[in-house]
Amino acid sequence: MREMIYLDHAATTPMRPETWEAMAPFAGETFGNPSGVHGVSRAAKNALETARETIAGIIGARPLEVVFTSGGTESDNLAIKGAVMSNTPRQGMVTSAVEHEAVLETADFLKRLGLPVTIVGVDSEARVDPDEVAAAVTEDTAVVSVMMVNNETGTVQDIRAISDAVKGVSPETLIHSDAVQAFGCKAVDVDELGLDLLTISAHKFGGPKGSGILYVRDGTALEPVIHGGGQELGRRSGTHDVAAAVGIATAAEAASRDRNRFETEVRAIRDRLEERLLGDVDGVVVNGPETGRSSHHLNVRFSGIRNETLLMLLDQHGVAASAGSACQSGAATVSHVLEAMGLTPDQARESVRFTFGWTSSMDEADEAASIVESIVSRLA
Amino acid sequence: MSGGVDSSVAAALMKDAGHDVMGVTLKLWSGPNGEAPTAGCCTVSDAEDARRVAAQLDIPYYVLDHTDDFSDGVVNRFVSDYASGRTPNPCIECNRTVKFDRLLARLDDLACDVLVTGHHARSRFVDGTWQLLRGTDAAKDQSYVLSMLTQDELSRTRFPVGELTKNQVRQVAAGMGMRTAHKPESMDICFVGQRDYRAFLRDVAPEVYEPGKVVDSEGMEIGTHDGIVGFTVGQRRGLGVAVGEPRFVTKIEAGTSTVVIGRRDDLAVHGVTLDQVTWVGGPGSEGRVMAQYRAHGEPVPGWLTSSMLEFEEPQQAVAPGQTLAFYDGDIILGGALISATH
Repeated sequence: MREMIYLDHAATTPMRPETWEAMAPFAGETFGNPSGVHGVSRAAKNALETARETIAGIIGARPLEVVFTSGGTESDNLAIKGAVMSNTPRQGMVTSAVEHEAVLETADFLKRLGLPVTIVGVDSEARVDPDEVAAAVTEDTAVVSVMMVNNETGTVQDIRAISDAVKGVSPETLIHSDAVQAFGCKAVDVDELGLDLLTISAHKFGGPKGSGILYVRDGTALEPVIHGGGQELGRRSGTHDVAAAVGIATAAEAASRDRNRFETEVRAIRDRLEERLLGDVDGVVVNGPETGRSSHHLNVRFSGIRNETLLMLLDQHGVAASAGSACQSGAATVSHVLEAMGLTPDQARESVRFTFGWTSSMDEADEAASIVESIVSRLA
Repeated sequence: MSGGVDSSVAAALMKDAGHDVMGVTLKLWSGPNGEAPTAGCCTVSDAEDARRVAAQLDIPYYVLDHTDDFSDGVVNRFVSDYASGRTPNPCIECNRTVKFDRLLARLDDLACDVLVTGHHARSRFVDGTWQLLRGTDAAKDQSYVLSMLTQDELSRTRFPVGELTKNQVRQVAAGMGMRTAHKPESMDICFVGQRDYRAFLRDVAPEVYEPGKVVDSEGMEIGTHDGIVGFTVGQRRGLGVAVGEPRFVTKIEAGTSTVVIGRRDDLAVHGVTLDQVTWVGGPGSEGRVMAQYRAHGEPVPGWLTSSMLEFEEPQQAVAPGQTLAFYDGDIILGGALISATH
């Protein structure tokens, strides 16, 4: 296959070379189960706990507040179901209409169980109003879940303001944020953000797929979703994937060092594509805010052009982009995020997401812009 | 690419012939709650087979969402046809209003020259005109469901597997080690699945069930039914009336929600009134043609006028809503929808 211009980093991003290098021994000679009592296990256990300390240091947590999981979806499930199912009198949940499916489908599951679930809307730029969230919270609300950076538009939510507003109404209500899209580009500190629960996923910032963490503030009552041998202080059973834990820690270190470059270089690359599309292509509208957007998301609508067609042609020309969400069969579906922002289904079907990452270059932005321009002018 | 052996081999043959090939599967239907269908074509596992075959052929592959077109043009039509006493063929409607109409309309956008399908039919360009012929394998011939294609549509469509027998198609697939080589053919209506179509109608359109009378050929009431959608002309079983000799549904009167029951003789149809007559090679000649009114039925002789066809011999189980295709030997002349029988 020829070289692709990969502009789908929000879906997943290439593994950083140092990640794989750090992981490799744990697929080989250091194969031990960290829960054992012998030397082989001790080496694995030591690596696992070092990884935990590394992550904790980066997010401003204590090591035992870090729970290793199989990724963002599991972390979101554990945060929400764990909070609601725990032995507290609170059973409700409040979330926003633009969350990832891992949160919204979990909310739907709780609703089907008959639990009180409220989904708060957003403005035309996918922004959640902290006061509206607080207004939906009651003393029965176990957990509030609002993502830090939206995966489709890059809209940045004011998590601290949401936390403050909610705690003002119900101090016992837990605050969860899915920071899967945020971690690679923004400083994530659980105290500064006012969080009790935080999700991150390794493969979005150069780590392996199938590896995530849930931060759980010390003293938080949480019922596990996966019961078993009691690993992770009973919060997540199952033999540890030591390589995955080492991988997420190594990638997190590299990504946190790379954040400044995201804010400057990657943002400039993203802005180049945005400026060229807005300047050279007719009928282009950006979905999402101008300010208060992550450094690497660009969601644009091409009036009168179906995204399905555009994405196929982009693929034919070696540009990988996405429609934001895809169903299992691979067909593009109408984005619930764009619909929540007030776009019509037809407008949502004209929208394409370009996302940049640690391997992106200015040349790629320029070349992609030229390819989009030529395709769109032919389709128009 | 449906995920079946025919479209898999169609893609392979075009690639072998040196063309740039792109594979697409149409996502046409999800259940009322968005679930994927579990039987027939277009299921999730079928799309997966198509995707894997495309990967084996090293061609790009995409799933195109035409659920809205399918819902409007095929499923709603299926429901309204039954509600008005007709016997629809949803596969023909799907070919006409979705597969060919929609995909051909997108060819230019997708920078493609022709649409290739796995239908068992053949086309030829003879003296400036596109001809449509029966497939090489008479038992698998699908030209009937293509009878309403036009010159423009044929000029931009290719049917490579129609040149082969089904066995040859399977041999090609097996020779290439394709996962679809020995896959059974789908027989069900994809959105109905393996259940009875009546159960489907009850699920998606309960409002079309309107109780009415069952009467005999003299108009005497002999029973009641809970909706004409449960009946098709020629049906013998499940009539809910006990009489001595075999009885059949001979007529469905939608206006009064009445089902008429009669003897085998009452099923005889001498001719049909036609709607939406199309000609493959442009306006055709009226006169004697071979007419086929079922996908795998025997063609029978009849006399065609502008909007009627009279069978030389009376036919049974011909119902409004069915498609009638006209043939001259292996060459398909055109097609029409049956709007009434007499």
